[in-house]
Amino acid sequence: MLQITEGSHAVAEIAKFCRPQVVAAYPITPQTHIVEALADMVANCELDAEYITVESEFSALSACLGASAAGSRVYSATTSQGLALMFEVCFNVAGMRQPIVMSIVNRSLGAPLSIWNDQQDSISLRDSGWLQFYAEDNQEATDLHMIAYKVAEDHDVLLPAFVCFDGFILSHTYEPVDMPSQEEVDAYLPAFTPYHRLDAKDPISMGMYATPDYYMEFRYELERAMQRSIDVIKRAGAEFAEQFGRDYSALVESYRLDDAEIAFIAMGSICGTVKDAIDEMRDAGKKVGLAKIRTYRPFPTEELTRALAGVSTVAVLDKNISLGSGGAVGTEVKAMLAGSGITVLDYIIALGGRDVRKRDIAAIVDLADKGVGDMFYGLRTEVL
Amino acid sequence: MRELRIHGRGGQGSVTAAELIAVAAFESGVYSQAFPAFGVERRGAPVQAFVRFSDSKIRLRSQVYEPDYVIVQDSTLIKDVNVFQGLKKGGIAIINTEKAPDNLPEDVRVLTLDATKIALEVLGVPITNTTLIGAFAAASGEIELDALEKALRQRFAGSLADKNVAASRRAYDGIGGGA
Repeated sequence: MLQITEGSHAVAEIAKFCRPQVVAAYPITPQTHIVEALADMVANCELDAEYITVESEFSALSACLGASAAGSRVYSATTSQGLALMFEVCFNVAGMRQPIVMSIVNRSLGAPLSIWNDQQDSISLRDSGWLQFYAEDNQEATDLHMIAYKVAEDHDVLLPAFVCFDGFILSHTYEPVDMPSQEEVDAYLPAFTPYHRLDAKDPISMGMYATPDYYMEFRYELERAMQRSIDVIKRAGAEFAEQFGRDYSALVESYRLDDAEIAFIAMGSICGTVKDAIDEMRDAGKKVGLAKIRTYRPFPTEELTRALAGVSTVAVLDKNISLGSGGAVGTEVKAMLAGSGITVLDYIIALGGRDVRKRDIAAIVDLADKGVGDMFYGLRTEVL
Repeated sequence: MRELRIHGRGGQGSVTAAELIAVAAFESGVYSQAFPAFGVERRGAPVQAFVRFSDSKIRLRSQVYEPDYVIVQDSTLIKDVNVFQGLKKGGIAIINTEKAPDNLPEDVRVLTLDATKIALEVLGVPITNTTLIGAFAAASGEIELDALEKALRQRFAGSLADKNVAASRRAYDGIGGGA
């Protein structure tokens, strides 16, 4: 049913409908509304789950890991420094192949302290073995949680998943969301069937140490699972489209890319503003389009390459900076398109919550037209 | 697409006002979007919140720079903040004040009302957000009175809901809503 709600509440509601058996989380701005709502739901017996209160994010994800290993469907949510504190556990969760789904309410990392949005937090965990989905709006944030569980728990995948949506810009925004019913979610997402689990009657060990004779094979299997997840995501997205009418069968969403000369690549809520700016530029005769990355891990190399065929210039909008190298997405796109003849220009933008307007997107097209890029966009030079 | 910017001070319920307006607009049959200017809110500090209204899905995520409407919850803000900045020609500004401020911009419609007086009389507290929403409904035509009442009753319970509905209606009638 179409209803108007805050992004955080929509995510809490869909998390509930996904029937997690264990929730462990530690409140942190701007994720707090989600976990407060879930705590209420458990207290009100709306959600039949164990809600484990903990003293830190490190403990939150550690509790999730144990619960998942014992065979439970598990949910958590965090952001920024909270995710940073989970860093070690994130690698263990993926290495032990536990399909935990965690909402990342994207926020910048300190110092300096900033509660505002960019995507540095989840991007910095790109090598941890978690799937990473990015939502453009609160509808997509809601829907991607169902898809994330379905893909993560698939026995061909068995990897944990981040569902990333921009802090404040989406989490604190009221907008219409078509919220499915419990029955509809149940029809899409069956109960969790663990591939293996901790059981006192049939003991196994997880997370053992691996000598040099075995470690590389574990990492290889993780990479294979990531590659297999591409088809599983497409299938889960197609099934979702069939049931709910919203199509997530592509890892990359193309917007007005046919005949485009300049293509943006972006992730998350900025894509909405980019689309509006593209419509205005198209009206003025500029051939501009957007390739929106919905799945950053696995990186959609094949789909993205196909989507960009025919463009002359790509402008990547990176809400992160891999210090000493460049934007994380831009760097990968450059590697992907090496030798293609396509010019790739990277723009570091909107760090720490700096607002992005349609005119900024138009200004970047002007820069890209002149071949000017690989830069921070929108710096206040007077304070440098 | 039409846009609203609300100016207030931390604690006056500007973010709640934006949310209530968005809910009422949605209930009135349009797409709406409400969000705060994500500050570190402190009681008394100037704050802003925004609402967009559209007949189609809203994709734009930037803050509101050229509003069609402005609501000012506290007229003492006018000396600190340019509350009229970017207000479109022919736009509407609704200001809570005892007397009309000086140096008002031209080419815009400025409506003043003593929302604090109404709030004190009806609610018993100087919280003016729901009163000003009534004035906004009347002046802008963006939200229907019934939809506003529904939004208020979703947010508040019992007699508090009744009082907030009464305060918003009084401002609505005072501005000449439904005329």
